[in-house]
Amino acid sequence: MSPIHRHLLPGFSASLGFALTYLTILVIIPLSACFLTAMSLTWSQFVAVVWTERARSAYALTFGASLIAAFCSVWIGLLIAWVLVRYEFPGKRAMDSLVDLPFALPTAVAGLVFSALYAPNGWLGQFLVPLGIEGAYSRLGIVIVLVFIGFPFVVRTVQPVLESFDSEVEEAAASLGANRWETFRRVLLPALYPALVTGFALSFARGLGEYGSVMLVSGNLRNYTEIAPVLIVESLEESQFKDTGYAEATAIAVVLLVASFVMLLVINWLERWSKRADG
Amino acid sequence: MAEPMAKTSVGPPPPRATSDPAWVRWGLTLLAMTILTVLVVIPVVSVFAQAFSKGIVVYFENLLGDPDTRHSIVLTLTVAPCAVVLNVIFGLAAAWAITRFRFSGRSLLITLIDLPFSVSPVIAGLVFVLLFGMQGFFGPWLRAQGIQILFSTPGLILATTFVTLPFVARELIPLMEALGPDEELAALSLGANGWQIFWRVTLPNIRWGLLYGVILCNARAMGEFGAVYVVSGKIAGQTCTMPLQVEQLFVGFNSPAAFAVASVLTLLAVATLLAKTRVEALARQSMKEATQARQESRGGTP
Repeated sequence: MSPIHRHLLPGFSASLGFALTYLTILVIIPLSACFLTAMSLTWSQFVAVVWTERARSAYALTFGASLIAAFCSVWIGLLIAWVLVRYEFPGKRAMDSLVDLPFALPTAVAGLVFSALYAPNGWLGQFLVPLGIEGAYSRLGIVIVLVFIGFPFVVRTVQPVLESFDSEVEEAAASLGANRWETFRRVLLPALYPALVTGFALSFARGLGEYGSVMLVSGNLRNYTEIAPVLIVESLEESQFKDTGYAEATAIAVVLLVASFVMLLVINWLERWSKRADG
Repeated sequence: MAEPMAKTSVGPPPPRATSDPAWVRWGLTLLAMTILTVLVVIPVVSVFAQAFSKGIVVYFENLLGDPDTRHSIVLTLTVAPCAVVLNVIFGLAAAWAITRFRFSGRSLLITLIDLPFSVSPVIAGLVFVLLFGMQGFFGPWLRAQGIQILFSTPGLILATTFVTLPFVARELIPLMEALGPDEELAALSLGANGWQIFWRVTLPNIRWGLLYGVILCNARAMGEFGAVYVVSGKIAGQTCTMPLQVEQLFVGFNSPAAFAVASVLTLLAVATLLAKTRVEALARQSMKEATQARQESRGGTP
């Protein structure tokens, strides 16, 4: 954009002023309040809150379940994106829209329905529980809902990249004697890495922050299926009986916030990296 | 774009270097369908099956007979539109400032708009408790003034607005960037004032993108759980939105009623998807037209 019409159009100060005020009231002040409140704790108090056995177990579960779920999402997402881009079959468009459903379905509904499905008397639980597969009120249940929430991110990041591929590259690989599997492994998959990694990071980040579905499906069993956001809510509810007030809940929130900001930076970096890889 | 060759070929395609053998194709397609069935179709079907398990009469009794559930529906229909309207005004202002002017700190502003997406919903609720709670920064002062924000509708609107803040702006910024300021500058040179430019030139050009953002924003606003869970205090009949009511009924061992409310939310999600698919095509088309028009007006110079 040339600097000539820089301030020709009206409304610069009004729109920017409004946007900045809005962001200050809704985002900057509230998030600063979070860090300010956490700073009312001394360092040793802070560590004592965020590094208890219970908190460690909650972080381990939050990160572990999100990591496993993101890993599963990558494979499921790649498979679905591949099928949607490469093959023609009846019901393809319906399948394409079904992928978006987890984006639109409220997380409370997801948690409710998954806990009912995998409960011992549920549609799927009645077959799975006798086999020892407990998908409700268990860590497995958390992974299942996080996959449900996470795989669409992978499909939607891989799909456009797969569509943009030139068939000449594959023909070249085939003419050089590669079979389909080799072409996929050596030619297509490396070109998909950036998109897969971005999809992985997006679904991992989403899993870290997820609350509604996980709390409904997990039953919040102490030291077993308790995720970090549950600890925040609980210590907030107990805060009126403590003289440290909201500070303890906020300390755990700060740990999660820092973790998700790091994730945001990584995602941004990955997106720039994959754009450069595209050329 | 997928190869047009593959789409038009009828019957078994000849073995080509870029197509997979039939058994691989059908195997993978079947596997993908099975996964989607278990992960998405069965859950959605079971929401309705559970909601109607005691018959249609009980379903409507569960939905409309309970005053708390009725209130939760009204509350969701109050909170979500407020959040959407606020974020539409913000999105338009932010997109106008960001795409029509160049100023320092512009990319920082874009990052700031995206920030709520990377904040866990529970923390989004927590920050408002820190501000407006009894022991929060403004809590005591607000109480002295007799203003209730937390555990009431304003708190729910604030938390929902925070969580859905990026949706509209994120749709509008790339679209308005692609459209460019040429048409608006032309209107300006013909003597149009700011509002006339906005209503007659900008808004008609961005309407599908705006609608797309509104649909996404509204779906999230109606379904938001974590953030409103923290600021609501879960007072049944007062501060429980529909997703919170689902949880309250489920925890209270009233599964059929929980599923009845959940079925309404699921219908909303399905309606959102249908509307989204339709509007997405239109939004993409206006984006494409914008890019093409820009390229043509530049006379083919790179």
